[in-house]
Amino acid sequence: MAAERVKRARYVGAPAQRVDGFDKVTGRAVFGADMSAPNMLWGQVVRSQHPHALIRAIDASAALACDGVAAVLTASDVPGDIRFGVVVPHQPVLCSDRVRYMGDGVALVLAETREQAAEAARLVKADYQPLPAVFDVEEAMRDGAPLIHDDYPGNVVVHHRVRKGDVEAGFAQADLILERDYATQLVEHAYIEPEAVLALPGRGGGVEVYGSIQNPFSCRRAVARVLGLPLAKVRIVQCDMGGSFGGKDEVMSAMSARAALGALLTSRPVKMVNTREESLVESYKRHPYRMHYKVGVTREGRITAMEIRMVADAGAYASQSPFVTWRSTVQATGPYEVPAVKTDILAAFTNNTYTGAMRGFGAPQAVFANESLMDEIALELGIDPVDVRRLNGYRQGSVTATGHKLDEHTVSLMEVIDRATEAAGWREKRQRLPLENRGKTIVRGIGMACSFRGCSLGAEGVDATGAIVSVQTDGSVIVSTGLAENGQGLRTIFSQIAAEELGVDIGRIVFLPCDTSGVPDGGPTVASRSTIMGGNAVRDAARKARRALEDAVAQELGVSSEEIEAGFEEFSAIGDRTLRVGFDQAVAMAWNQARLMASFGWHQAPKVNWDEHVGQGKAYFTYVYGCQVAEVAVDTATGQVRVERLTAAHDVGRAVNPQAVQGQFYGGMAMGLGYGLLEEVELKKGATRTKNFDQYLIPTAMDVPEMIPIVVENHDPYGAYGAKTIGEPTCEITAAAIANAVAHAVGCRVRELPLDMERVLLGECLRVARGERGSERP
Amino acid sequence: MARVTLTVNDRQVTLDVHPGERLVDTLRDRLGLTGTKEGCGVGECGACTVVVDGDAVNSCLVLTVQCDGAAILTVEGLAPAGQLSRLQRAFLEHGAVQCGFCTPGMLMSATALLARNPRPTREEIRAALAGNLCRCTGYEQIVQAVEAVANEAE
Repeated sequence: MAAERVKRARYVGAPAQRVDGFDKVTGRAVFGADMSAPNMLWGQVVRSQHPHALIRAIDASAALACDGVAAVLTASDVPGDIRFGVVVPHQPVLCSDRVRYMGDGVALVLAETREQAAEAARLVKADYQPLPAVFDVEEAMRDGAPLIHDDYPGNVVVHHRVRKGDVEAGFAQADLILERDYATQLVEHAYIEPEAVLALPGRGGGVEVYGSIQNPFSCRRAVARVLGLPLAKVRIVQCDMGGSFGGKDEVMSAMSARAALGALLTSRPVKMVNTREESLVESYKRHPYRMHYKVGVTREGRITAMEIRMVADAGAYASQSPFVTWRSTVQATGPYEVPAVKTDILAAFTNNTYTGAMRGFGAPQAVFANESLMDEIALELGIDPVDVRRLNGYRQGSVTATGHKLDEHTVSLMEVIDRATEAAGWREKRQRLPLENRGKTIVRGIGMACSFRGCSLGAEGVDATGAIVSVQTDGSVIVSTGLAENGQGLRTIFSQIAAEELGVDIGRIVFLPCDTSGVPDGGPTVASRSTIMGGNAVRDAARKARRALEDAVAQELGVSSEEIEAGFEEFSAIGDRTLRVGFDQAVAMAWNQARLMASFGWHQAPKVNWDEHVGQGKAYFTYVYGCQVAEVAVDTATGQVRVERLTAAHDVGRAVNPQAVQGQFYGGMAMGLGYGLLEEVELKKGATRTKNFDQYLIPTAMDVPEMIPIVVENHDPYGAYGAKTIGEPTCEITAAAIANAVAHAVGCRVRELPLDMERVLLGECLRVARGERGSERP
Repeated sequence: MARVTLTVNDRQVTLDVHPGERLVDTLRDRLGLTGTKEGCGVGECGACTVVVDGDAVNSCLVLTVQCDGAAILTVEGLAPAGQLSRLQRAFLEHGAVQCGFCTPGMLMSATALLARNPRPTREEIRAALAGNLCRCTGYEQIVQAVEAVANEAE
């Protein structure tokens, strides 16, 4: 039956307008900052004045004397554990004795108005004893460096290893050995909506929190832990989300726990909204990486061995660093067959702003390095960059660097490379542009990059999620899931899948906000896992609900359930099309037969495995492949890079909603362009210098080029209707493609992101952040 | 306190406001028009864009006292009776909405553009939206939506 249903799909693969679109174009959508409650207080966090210090005392007397101040709370007011964390629970929601970065909170002021809370917060006096601090990740790992956490010697958060084959033998077989260093920068998610929550005292001594919360269940664990409450007494409800991109996880756990603490202790609602400046100071960022690659290749361009070392700056807390760097281990060699691999990837603590999940999750850094390296190999050997990738790239049955034989899905690397490069006119432009550039100030270049990416969580941990499909007595349908809408379009995709599987008009479906008290914990909305995991769970739930209706119709018609076929908005008896029952009628039959018309769906990811000692195993149950081509113009007088065109081919398995998939292409490429050319959070001794969008520049409508999306569909047996993943892949390769295009245009390589004017023109960073490494002067 | 009279979405309101009160706060906190968003507070992101006497302005940079006598249009005024404007429909048809936080500001900037220039070129559209940051869409489908409305204009 399944194959047949897919064949005549009405909603899966068809255009569908966003189910939350009407609310969003009329201003009716309710975001965190739009929430309010009678008698509410405003919360304002007092943040650290030092990147690393002991707290001797906190004097709140002046703040408490201010008009409108209801309370000033500190760590000693926390009834549970002050620390939370998804991987390592060591991040204080309010610091008791020590601060480790300048975004750490030390006190919470609660006042009648936002202005009063902000005013009083300035008067909270914390007495600090500054400690030696460390801001450089290599320095942090040296002997004698200040320890950020006493239980982490050498400040090493994690050290992942991959050991495959004999690397020395591999290098001995090589005709050419290259060693290169690459570096990437600290990057902000820059969701346009700053963080916001409203916490309410709940029933039975519990709390409810509404807000811009990416992962309601992770947030609930943190709030419950901090308040010392059972999970069942903490209810987290997601508001409409003004973007997240991985960024509204721990920072929202902290904000939610603080607001909930205030609500619990004052018995009044507490609202908190970050200013953009607060958001940039406190919220976690994408890890800066330093990467050293040694690669051996034969004269023909075949890779014989790779030795890789990467160091990621974790900042002050572990957050997702162990998982982010783990994904880098899988993608470190790129989608290429390498017989011998030795990879070491470390993350280390510093007193910088902590780093965590951001769209790409350890891939954009590795892709920038390994895809720059592929072009450097091609240049050294005089081979076209496409050919060196085609020679080494994964094909059906290839074995990854981490020991996974790719034979359960279509390995479409060659297909995406061919589709993207052909559409971009690669061969002709690659030859022509250098000739045209002679004697010109504005020079043009074309570059490409590709990647493979594991779908969902892989061997990071438990990977399962659920959905509820509840058919109402009038035939309308309520759907809710443990995964959450962050703006990506999950509500629409899941509504399409529910409508498809139930065989009803999508207009019947109402999709509820994620409510931790209404659905079981379905894990976090991360890792581009919504469609592939949640889609399967919704399908499972809808299928069960449909079967209940089929049973009802069968009983009414006096036939067996196997003889009932579900069509669109109707059921009929197989072989006798005159016996037809409309959907509403079927619902009435089921109701009259006292049948359960609500169902629960659950989807467990296929098994994966991982041996952490050698970094070998089946890291993910399936993968996606993508290739992007960038065409750039570089002003050699100023170093300014203008991207003129981006062409992207990504295998998504199946596009459930082609327009939404294209939206992910465009949005991912624009974010990747910002990563490649513009964006860098500058820290000076731990203090954020890029505090708002006048200094932290993200692409505007004037910066994005013509973008050509090519959607490749090889249905995956593990996908939802064959659908896999698209959110992150589009974002992770753009910067590498741009860097390769710039190298083609100007004839020298910048090995450090972003490719801003000074790095391209002078080969160095003139600003405070970092500099000096990894670039050559043109 | 200063007394101001505003016409907001064709409705006249008279308020006593503090001289330092920003228009975005008046709209959101006093008039309950939370469709207008605040993303940066310094006029960089454009999420708070409203149309004041025909011009798209950042309501975080305008004091309410400056608007005495002005006609203000917010996103709530685009579909007063629930009937979407052509531009709103185009945003939905072209997939121009993802998270939706920038959407009200985008709609207001585009509304002001189309009122003054009903048939803008693609470049003019991009220039008119350059003050509205969007992190989800890469702008392409937003530009397509505005273009579609422009192409229908006489």
